[in-house]
Amino acid sequence: MAGKRICNSLLKQFSVPKCLSSSADGTQRFYSSGVQRVTMIPGDGIGPEISAAVKKIFSSAGAPIDWEDVDVTPVKGADGKFRLPQAVFDSMAKTGVGLKGPLATPIGKGHQSLNLALRKAFSLYANVRPCKSIEGYKTPYDDVDIVTIRENTEGEYSGIEHTIVDGVVQSIKLITKEASMRVAEYAFEYARNNDRSTVTAVHKANIMRMSDGLFLSCCREVAEKNRDIKFREMYLDTVCLNMVQDPSQFDVLVMPNLYGDILSDLCAGLIGGLGVTPSGNIGSEGAIFESVHGTAPDIAGEDKANPTALLLSAVMMLRHMKLNDHGRRIEQSCLEVIREGNHLTADLGGSTKCSQFTDEICRRVESMS
Amino acid sequence: MATTSLFRPCVGRTILGNFRSLIAPCGNTQVNKQKYHETTVLHKPVAEPISHPAGRHTITMVPGDGVGPDLMASVQEVFQSAGVPVDFEEIFISEVQPGQSATVGSVVESFKRNGVGLKGIIATPSSFKGGVLQTLNMQIRQELDLFANVVRIKSLAGYKTKHNNLDFVIIREQTEGEYSALEHESVSGVVECLKIVTKEKSQRIAKFAFDYAMRLNRKKVTAVHKANIMKLGDGLFLRSCEEIAELYPSIEFETMIIDNCCMQLVSNPHQFDVMVMPNLYGNIVDNLAAGLVGGAGVVPGESFSHDVAIYEQGARHSYAEAVGRNIANPTATILGACNMLKHLHLEFHSRLIEDAVYRVVKSGKFRTQDMGGYTSTSDFTQAIVNNLHTG
Repeated sequence: MAGKRICNSLLKQFSVPKCLSSSADGTQRFYSSGVQRVTMIPGDGIGPEISAAVKKIFSSAGAPIDWEDVDVTPVKGADGKFRLPQAVFDSMAKTGVGLKGPLATPIGKGHQSLNLALRKAFSLYANVRPCKSIEGYKTPYDDVDIVTIRENTEGEYSGIEHTIVDGVVQSIKLITKEASMRVAEYAFEYARNNDRSTVTAVHKANIMRMSDGLFLSCCREVAEKNRDIKFREMYLDTVCLNMVQDPSQFDVLVMPNLYGDILSDLCAGLIGGLGVTPSGNIGSEGAIFESVHGTAPDIAGEDKANPTALLLSAVMMLRHMKLNDHGRRIEQSCLEVIREGNHLTADLGGSTKCSQFTDEICRRVESMS
Repeated sequence: MATTSLFRPCVGRTILGNFRSLIAPCGNTQVNKQKYHETTVLHKPVAEPISHPAGRHTITMVPGDGVGPDLMASVQEVFQSAGVPVDFEEIFISEVQPGQSATVGSVVESFKRNGVGLKGIIATPSSFKGGVLQTLNMQIRQELDLFANVVRIKSLAGYKTKHNNLDFVIIREQTEGEYSALEHESVSGVVECLKIVTKEKSQRIAKFAFDYAMRLNRKKVTAVHKANIMKLGDGLFLRSCEEIAELYPSIEFETMIIDNCCMQLVSNPHQFDVMVMPNLYGNIVDNLAAGLVGGAGVVPGESFSHDVAIYEQGARHSYAEAVGRNIANPTATILGACNMLKHLHLEFHSRLIEDAVYRVVKSGKFRTQDMGGYTSTSDFTQAIVNNLHTG
């Protein structure tokens, strides 16, 4: 590691242009041959513990990642409103990739939601959640291997609502061609890059004939251009019904915001909850990978947390950065430890501490190379 | 027709009307033939009713699309064999076969006149080619003001699924919310869909849910929402539920966000008792929960307005790919019809048929395709008919 760093500084000195490129602000960025910087938002509660675990496993695997920790404690702006510190945005703009632990929702008004702020700042338009059954962690459902891709910027969560007269509220679900095309294109691209065979559009165009109809027609249009991937369309209710009976029939699902929110959590439930489900937010100007479970303040600092969700999210991040080999090794080690069942954290039914679980994964990552 | 007006149903009374305790179970099969409603009943697995309803009832039957007509034929066959004093007024309405369809007006008129109906699934074509935004289903619900949909999720004995011994109730508001059919294209490529939530209708469904819980001795009502995102719309629904909950101190009240609710349903469904929710979430949860106990073919449902009760499937799928193949499962439709008989105070016939269905399912000898077997619709129906007389 130290050798590598010296090597890098030497490279910087002599400014060899082959493996370096300059980003807009003048700082130098390394591509796949070199170390890449990633913004790390450790989060609250158990966040710092599980982020430390991820960092440790990454260094064991020799992943060429340089972490840039940022604090996201809201600061009071000139107008009296609490905002995220500018450093978060600066760091993300520089690295383009972020890993985020769980964040506690600030209580009280005036706080800007971190997720919303980041989503807006980097146009994170797609939320991706791969849900794959974990061997050794038994649920009533076997052979789950589903990826949900959710449109993340509009739909029912457009935030446009008003009270017309007292006792009558109107909420607007907004569907645009632009956003629908964008997420549909990403779904097909994802399917191709990850060797998936089918993309299913989930909709409710029998009821919302125009809005979901538009989403569906966009999906059909994109499917026409991607003939190598099979395309299906299904009603949301049919998907829910079939999902709990036989989840193995689904592959990649693409859908508007609300349906995606519901189905991604439903799929997480099939494989054992949010504690083992990774998540990624893909945008045109960056990508943020995160664990979507809570901050678990009751066990924070007790070395009891399960870092699996954040670790698997970090693996997704490695794949996104085209570091597939490191990703594969870390993922295999983690799943192997869970499968063997000797070192499980409390939420998976064991009594191993977070640090022991991490060490066990590190040991395997090192031996596998 | 005069008799039907006697049975102009009232939601409150009929759900209350649980006469099961009055009917003593009869262990011995009676051999002697007996005249009952002009139909010969050979053996009776349950005791004769104490009071005999005065005449025959007429109900509206809308077979719907897909396998609906086949399933309705099953119901009619079973009713005939069981000697049920019910006549059907059949009306065909369809959106995918507009040529043969009756008008919404005539269907609504029939439901209003008879007060009770049995309804199949009216399918909606998935591609919209302009015209009326409201689907036929929405129009019928709107016209009749069928505000409450009730689906009871109950595991069938002898049919093993991933979760067993489930018994909970989903109550869904079905006249507003996302199903308002108010949509427009502001500029090309930008579509707005309005979701309407009103205090009046939210309180009405909340009250219905709590009344239902009181009558059936349920302990808990869970309101399902997404008020963390739709602060005004779902917020209003949630507040209305909270207000009504205060009037029912003996019933526990809790709230749950829809995405968490779906996750809980697949991992720990036993925690639920009575659930109440707006329209779209109801559609999702109905189907999801139906999947937990065996799918659309086995879960009956019912819709109520203040003066009309319609019995149908709990998860609404027309199953068009099975048309003419004789493979659909008639269980949900027949159980729905049994619930209808209870509503008509035909407790004896309801029990007779219901017990036969449960026996057929429990024996495990007859399984339709959706249950993992090869029994055809007609054989399954015949099995129920055969079981009517073998208590």
